Amino acid sequence: MTFHRRAFFLAVALVGLLPGSGAIAQTEAPVIAAASDLSFAVGEIAARFQAETGMEVRLSLGSTGNFARQIREGAPFQMFMAADEQFILDLHRDGFARDEGALYGVGRIVVKVPDGSTLAADGTLEALRAALEAGQITRFAIANPEHAPYGKRAEEALRHAGLWDAIQPHLVLGENVSQAAQFALSGNAEGGIIAYSLALAPDLAAQGSHDLIPEDWHEPLHQRMVLLNGAGPVAEAFYAYIQTPPAREIMERYGFTLPQD
Amino acid sequence: MDWTALFLSLQLAAWTVALLLPVSVFVGRALAFRRFRGKGLVEALVMLPLVLPPTVFGFYMLVAFGRNSPLGAFWQDVFGHQLVFSFEGLVLASVIFNLPFAIQPAQRGFEAIPVEVREAASCCGLSPWRSLWMVELPLAWPGLMTAMVLTFAHTLGEFGIVLMVGGSIPRETKTIAIAIYDRVQAFDDRGAGIMAATLVAISLATITITYALSARVGRRLS
Repeated sequence: MTFHRRAFFLAVALVGLLPGSGAIAQTEAPVIAAASDLSFAVGEIAARFQAETGMEVRLSLGSTGNFARQIREGAPFQMFMAADEQFILDLHRDGFARDEGALYGVGRIVVKVPDGSTLAADGTLEALRAALEAGQITRFAIANPEHAPYGKRAEEALRHAGLWDAIQPHLVLGENVSQAAQFALSGNAEGGIIAYSLALAPDLAAQGSHDLIPEDWHEPLHQRMVLLNGAGPVAEAFYAYIQTPPAREIMERYGFTLPQD
Repeated sequence: MDWTALFLSLQLAAWTVALLLPVSVFVGRALAFRRFRGKGLVEALVMLPLVLPPTVFGFYMLVAFGRNSPLGAFWQDVFGHQLVFSFEGLVLASVIFNLPFAIQPAQRGFEAIPVEVREAASCCGLSPWRSLWMVELPLAWPGLMTAMVLTFAHTLGEFGIVLMVGGSIPRETKTIAIAIYDRVQAFDDRGAGIMAATLVAISLATITITYALSARVGRRLS
């Protein structure tokens, strides 16, 4: 019967795909969880690390808060580069990390507006205040302050300017700061508050304009990284590499203030 | 174009189909032919993943299969790595989430077999197994085919659960849907566009082929 033959071919085709990736994963390149404000910077560093040492790391980018949660649930990350050091210190306190890690950069936030927005890029938020009063703001994007450090700092800056309550009805929250940037530039929002490191990335710098928010309007974004339990030699090498001049030069180019040592 | 992510998605879909095919045959057949207490509840449970948001399931999965749970600890002991944030974890989630897509069409396929045909088979002295293999499966084939294809296509498109319990690990849990999301967030519209179009093409081709096949099977049987 043709039916059997067809079933047989389908089965063969499917079985060909079957071998899963889980079995070989143990010997694969280590996975580094990195806050999404590092999307561009850490990608460059990893590429350079691989070119120089021949060692490969796999990057997983996302919200610091979500990664912290996933690490507590046993996610197999070997190293964690957070956007806020508190998450690292908590993980260490609860026994998930080797030590308290190292500070690798201090981040800044900017007001970013897309081309053609009615809003001017103004770090003192005066333009935003005027636009809110004039009813010219429909949507304004920040990262979710509940679990994304850059969202938390954006909230602090808006509170400092006394605009937090007025902007509530207009806020759209990104799951992480990279999505907030996506929202801010999508043309569906007048702008947003995003990471300086993202605003400096070539793809984003070309669209719209940005202006730094004064450093003392919010708690500092002390970005700390740590080797997690189970980190292997490649993750250790990458951790060390982040603190060498070539990597520091890349971080500096993306607007991070570097720790002195 | 992230071929690794696409291949990973295809692998995930293939595993899901392979594991769900026997389930859909036996559960679908039982639901079609048998009457038993609590059948309504079983049917409702099978359909539940269709209406539950993936976040509900993702949350339960983190809690139930996480490292502190008995099942998570058992898995860790036996296989030496976590169930959550692994390819196997995604397969498990995918199997459960595709139950309605696999069982419903299979059930309809078996229901379409006239009761006289089954009675004739058993009158001719066929054992239940031989009756299943020689009479029922060929007749229920269009339903089973639909079940497998829907499962396959639906797995390729799964996003919410993978985002919650996957961890976006390249070559392990970073499926094509997650890769597209990553590309969008990295402002790589071109990369995202190519991958999205590839996924549309694959899904459309899969479904078209199935409809063509099952139409031919249906013609031959009638």
